[in-house]
Amino acid sequence: MGAGTLKAAGDRRRELEGSPAARLPDRLLKWGLTALAIGVILLIAFFFVRLIIESKPIFSQEGIGKFLFTNDWVPSRQIYGAVPLIVGTLISSAIALIIGIPIAVAAALYVTELAPTRVRQPMTILVELLAAVPSVVYGLWGFFFLIPKLQPAERWFADTFSFIPFIGGTVSGPNYFIAGLILAIMILPICSAISREVMATVPSEHKEAALALGATRWEMIRMAVIPYSRSGIAGGAMLGLGRAIGETIAVTLVIGNAPVIGHTIFQQGYTLAAVIANEFGEAASDPMHRAALIAAGLVLFVLTLFVNGIARAFVVRAERGTRISKPAAGMAG
Amino acid sequence: MSAFTIEPVSSRRRRADKLARGIVAGLTFVALVPLVLVIYYLLKQGLGAISLDFFTTDPTGSFLGDPGGIKSAILGTVEMVALATIIAVPIGVGVAVWLVEFGRESKLAHSVRYFIDVMTGVPSIVFGLFVYITLVTSGIGGSYAGWKGSVALALLMLPVVTRSAEVVLLLVPNTLREASYALGAPRWRTVARIVLPAAAPGMVTGILLAIARAAGETAPLLFTAAFVNGTTLNLGERMNSLPMTIYSNVGQAQDRLVQVAWGAALTLVVMVLILTLLARLIQRRSRLS
Repeated sequence: MGAGTLKAAGDRRRELEGSPAARLPDRLLKWGLTALAIGVILLIAFFFVRLIIESKPIFSQEGIGKFLFTNDWVPSRQIYGAVPLIVGTLISSAIALIIGIPIAVAAALYVTELAPTRVRQPMTILVELLAAVPSVVYGLWGFFFLIPKLQPAERWFADTFSFIPFIGGTVSGPNYFIAGLILAIMILPICSAISREVMATVPSEHKEAALALGATRWEMIRMAVIPYSRSGIAGGAMLGLGRAIGETIAVTLVIGNAPVIGHTIFQQGYTLAAVIANEFGEAASDPMHRAALIAAGLVLFVLTLFVNGIARAFVVRAERGTRISKPAAGMAG
Repeated sequence: MSAFTIEPVSSRRRRADKLARGIVAGLTFVALVPLVLVIYYLLKQGLGAISLDFFTTDPTGSFLGDPGGIKSAILGTVEMVALATIIAVPIGVGVAVWLVEFGRESKLAHSVRYFIDVMTGVPSIVFGLFVYITLVTSGIGGSYAGWKGSVALALLMLPVVTRSAEVVLLLVPNTLREASYALGAPRWRTVARIVLPAAAPGMVTGILLAIARAAGETAPLLFTAAFVNGTTLNLGERMNSLPMTIYSNVGQAQDRLVQVAWGAALTLVVMVLILTLLARLIQRRSRLS
């Protein structure tokens, strides 16, 4: 190969690349798309700043601390303390996790480890279909079915287990428990899907080792599957929590929308999302009320940001775990 | 010398195994109970409302008389979701193309991915608030309008479209790109004629799922598109939608209005299910997955 062919190749290359004008579309594509991507970041930043600006009146009137830590929400008397809303959000989401996570993890375990092969696919699709039902339809169903049908059971439970804190006492129709139950149904698909994905990555060597040592199926699950997928399950649970905190319409319809902290889980409450959906119509003409609701939105936004951040950390850790174990498994084999 | 024998699994361990497996299977079936109940109640309450008139007349707004049908709600949902798709898909796919073809593992790409993730987690009502404080209060094109509802829905769809498109684009084999470059095609042609067509079926799945999610959302429409009885084809006016019809009829102490809510809910769920199943079908037939 002489220098001549190299030079010819250089010419050829220049010819192929074409003139700067011919390369213009490429540059346009690159910079156009880059601008679009940066635009998304700017949009979210703008979004955050606007929320802060619009909720400023309430923070300067009440003070951030007073808004966040006063247990009193009476818009008609211009009193805005968001504690009942924040506590209601946390109570209903906590109930959702307590009910939803065991079921979601069980469904994931069943599909990945226990179910007959024929059942796995249909089961997965059915659990996923729960996510296809719109929020407002769950609300409608909860309002006309869950609230009336569950009331006797709730009353029995409240009477029988009244010695447990936050259980005994009167049972109102719409309440924290019903809201939590609806939220549990709504977060089930996402929690279950993430648990399932993580469980599918458990190296079969781990499982086979457990079985070879004489473990029963359940012992294998307890010793090999659960420890390996723990952080993935936690990530799924946190993502579910993020959903539950922000869920609006279904909760608005079944929580009762009373701006107080109920004394038991069978009493009415309110959530940050529900207060916005429910009061915004009347608040449009009252700047302070509107600012208070936008501030509630801001708190909600920050809360979900925080929860989703933790979820992401868990999921990343779970993924990293699988990446590290893969070469190790390869070496063993 | 005694022969080595394998100790049989003790009956206590066997019982624990059986019990635990039973509980896991039982809880899994518990997960399906709400699905069955929701569908049962939708059919039981909703079918009664459904007739030809139900789909071809507008709500009357009358409390005691004939509540009318849900024509404006169906059309409103279709119009607003269509516009939201037109907004969200080009942006979402564009960002995904940038992430895969240009951004890759750069710092900027990581922050774009981070912000897309943040967007996924933002509650839908907060998107509604955002559109309210930027577009409705500023009075651009009147106060409440269908297109503002579309913008709120598009914000909701954007992260779903981007993430799913990114996953599919990453699956396009690099050999296809290299073959295109080797034939002398510039980058834009490679993206437009090779990469995007190869990824299209998979991206359609993500887009359909995003549409299905947007169609069922109420919270972003509450104070953007608001609520109205009549049919309108003008996206600059207030617009009715199926979720809003359900939401505003639930609390009414009037059985006929509640019946409309059930009928609308059944219609909405059928629409969403068709979209979801279509998405899954395309996903299964797509070569990249």
